Amino acid sequence: MTATVSSPPLHAPGVPELSRRRRTRDVLATVMVHVAFAIAMVPLVWILYSVLGHGWHLLLDSTWWTNSQRNINPERAGGGVYHAIFGTLAQALICAVIAVPLAVFTAIYLVEYGTGRLARAVSFTVDILTGIPSIVAGLFIYALWVTTFGLQRVGLAASLSLVLLMVPVVVRSTEEMLKLVPNELREASYALGVPKWKTISRIVLPTALGGIVTGVMLGLARVMGETAPLLILGPYASSINTDLFNGNMATLPTMIRENFGLPDQPAIDRMWASALTLIVLVLLLNIAGRVVARFSGVKK
Amino acid sequence: MAILTGRPGPGTSPPPADLSSTGRFGDRVFHGLSTGSGIVVIGLVTAVGAFLLAQALPALVRNDANFLTDRVWQVDGDPLRFGIPDLLWVTVISSLVAMVIALPVAIGVALYLTEYAPPRLARPFAYLVDLLAAVPSIVYGLWGATIIITYVAPVQTFLGSVLGWIPLFSTENAITGTIFLASIVLAVMILPIITAISREVFAQTPLTHKEGALALGATRWEMIRTTVLPFGTPGTISAAMLGLGRALGETIAVSLIMGTTNGAFSWSLFSGGETFASRIANNAQEFDTPTKAGAFIAAGLVLFVLTFVVNAMARVVIERRKAFAE
Amino acid sequence: MAQRIDVKDLNIYYDRFKAVEDVSMTIEARSVTAFIGPSGCGKSTVLRTLNRMHEVIPKATVTGTVDLNGRNLYDRDVDPVAVRRTVGMVFQRPNPFPTMSISDNVAAGLKLGGERNKAVLAEAVERSLRGANLWNEVKDRLDKPGAGLSGGQQQRLCIARAIAVEPQVLLMDEPCSALDPISTLAIEDLIEEIKTNYTIVIVTHNMQQAARVSDRTAFFNLAATGKPGRLVEMDDTTKIFSNPGRKETEDYISGRFG
Repeated sequence: MTATVSSPPLHAPGVPELSRRRRTRDVLATVMVHVAFAIAMVPLVWILYSVLGHGWHLLLDSTWWTNSQRNINPERAGGGVYHAIFGTLAQALICAVIAVPLAVFTAIYLVEYGTGRLARAVSFTVDILTGIPSIVAGLFIYALWVTTFGLQRVGLAASLSLVLLMVPVVVRSTEEMLKLVPNELREASYALGVPKWKTISRIVLPTALGGIVTGVMLGLARVMGETAPLLILGPYASSINTDLFNGNMATLPTMIRENFGLPDQPAIDRMWASALTLIVLVLLLNIAGRVVARFSGVKK
Repeated sequence: MAILTGRPGPGTSPPPADLSSTGRFGDRVFHGLSTGSGIVVIGLVTAVGAFLLAQALPALVRNDANFLTDRVWQVDGDPLRFGIPDLLWVTVISSLVAMVIALPVAIGVALYLTEYAPPRLARPFAYLVDLLAAVPSIVYGLWGATIIITYVAPVQTFLGSVLGWIPLFSTENAITGTIFLASIVLAVMILPIITAISREVFAQTPLTHKEGALALGATRWEMIRTTVLPFGTPGTISAAMLGLGRALGETIAVSLIMGTTNGAFSWSLFSGGETFASRIANNAQEFDTPTKAGAFIAAGLVLFVLTFVVNAMARVVIERRKAFAE
Repeated sequence: MAQRIDVKDLNIYYDRFKAVEDVSMTIEARSVTAFIGPSGCGKSTVLRTLNRMHEVIPKATVTGTVDLNGRNLYDRDVDPVAVRRTVGMVFQRPNPFPTMSISDNVAAGLKLGGERNKAVLAEAVERSLRGANLWNEVKDRLDKPGAGLSGGQQQRLCIARAIAVEPQVLLMDEPCSALDPISTLAIEDLIEEIKTNYTIVIVTHNMQQAARVSDRTAFFNLAATGKPGRLVEMDDTTKIFSNPGRKETEDYISGRFG
């Protein structure tokens, strides 16, 4: 019998029927949670549809991928996004080079070494870092880089502010993964006379690698889409700049911001097209991260 | 054998071959690197607070207005006059409204994913909700400022005509890029955060509790109301607060959506304004003197403290729940 | 190669809780010694102190001495890592490294110990797998993951991994409790074969197993719940199972226990 609670079988001797009120409430709740899920899907579909609809045609042009916006003003169509993609990728890469080792070793500390007050303090500060508004991270690097050291607003400064936002993401995901590695494997390794650091680096980390890579990719996706710190630290430039230490460097978010609010159709098109480019980049990283997680999870 | 019996007694330093064979040096390096990284993280957070405070102080000292109560923001020239009550109001009210909108939907989605969705679809569906968190906030800003603005305007008009006698819904200086619109977009942005955490705690409801309720003849909804919801309440509260913390600090979406009111303050959701974050972002290109930047850094410091308090409260609720569950 | 172990006045603690009290015993070389006793009596805990695995658990400490060939394992200048090279261990549940192939699993101890010579490693892999009676079953799929083997094969793989580093003593913590009867038999045969080269200590819940494989048997018990475990008696296995010296041993063995 597959009789559900809301539609009891007709011939059920001895089984009293549910009161109408209870049944109505149950059905109502079922409808409500379905509606809630539908409501949650509306913005996702709507956003993807809007960005795709307004932005796709520029992406089909090969110059979009190979050119910068040099010598192109808002009223003129043409040019590409190459300079902004380069800036976004370069800043994210430098950010990852700094943030990933720091975050992975912090996670190793929390799972494999940390005890007592220091471990609790580290864990607490990672929580704070998770909640830090990105604009505050930008202000901090501004206060350090520009006001204190008197340096210019260059690509590297933007990268540094992104480090603060990437570290907590990678620490938390790595920590989760390390905790999933069964203790039996550590014991097996110790029992072979393998020292602790080799046990961690050669047994524990490889076992957790898939999950760590996923965390790094999700962290990268997060920092690539960040705009707020770049408004303070990474002014837009319309030409290609490959030097992280000198001059303004374009990024996808600042390119979108640059073209926002302008009345000219070419600028509006560029705004949507660069938003689509950013979404594609971020979603690709995101999906790739999930795929890695799917196929190399810790086998229990 | 040689390793065990051939080692020198205490006081003499062991030969280097032994060191490498036992990995003592590697252990020290690895332990040092890990502990050092943890300390660097603590140092980073401390430095954020210290630097913001150090650079906000000179501007606060030169401030002729009351920082907490005066509704002015003149940071060009000397003396400075700036205060934060407007920013505080817009920041808090936009985030609170966002949370009020997002929370019921998030709880519904989390219940759907844990209790109602077909098991095979629950994971992909949860992933779709998580994708909402992957959309960059500037894209939310574009969507809010150029697309849904036209659909929200009639809603505002309607609400204003019905509830206009309440100051919060007054349409007196109504514009299109309103706090209300920003709140709706913020609600969408924090929805995946609240959903993810609620989903996790709902899923942890002990099966025995649920089966117990069902065995007593409870309907699915009664089972949820008597076991899943009470079990998940502390987790959901902290999820809501983490969402609130995220909304308080959101910058670019708010900055693109909200029109500024040029000083005309209103309690209404149907006016514009600036949050801490959006005021800093809107003026970021004009940080030319340290004192001027200091005024904005002071605003940033208040935002930092605000989000810190909200997040810390959320953590306390989670920790207490953990202690309770054990 | 094999060596004898002398345990003297051993007390084992978890933080402030005394888990095992006042154990003194001698474990003979080239023989199989079985530890038996009810759950929670501390037999596995004693076993883990013989290669200093006990102290892997936070706040776990030990007093007393464990001498291996006249050298106290708990002397201050003895490195626990070196102890574990000399005293190998096989665990209750088979735990091959999931990221490694069969041959890498066997070679893991040597490789992580710094051995890089491929010929040496290959020779050790074959010797250890033959020693663990697994060679014929896996020789054609040495590069396949170790996790793909059956439970009994995985446990023999773990034994091969343990003997690959050429320890002198092999500790086995209920090595058959997760295995079916046929795999159990294979492991017992293997213990019989390798005892000529190693000193073997095995913890088991299965008294027939203790009677079948061991030369000497040590019986552990607790005075009461919450009290520390202690060694009741230790003697030749035939004597323990036919004519034990203490009444509580007899009660336990004949099933009239508790």
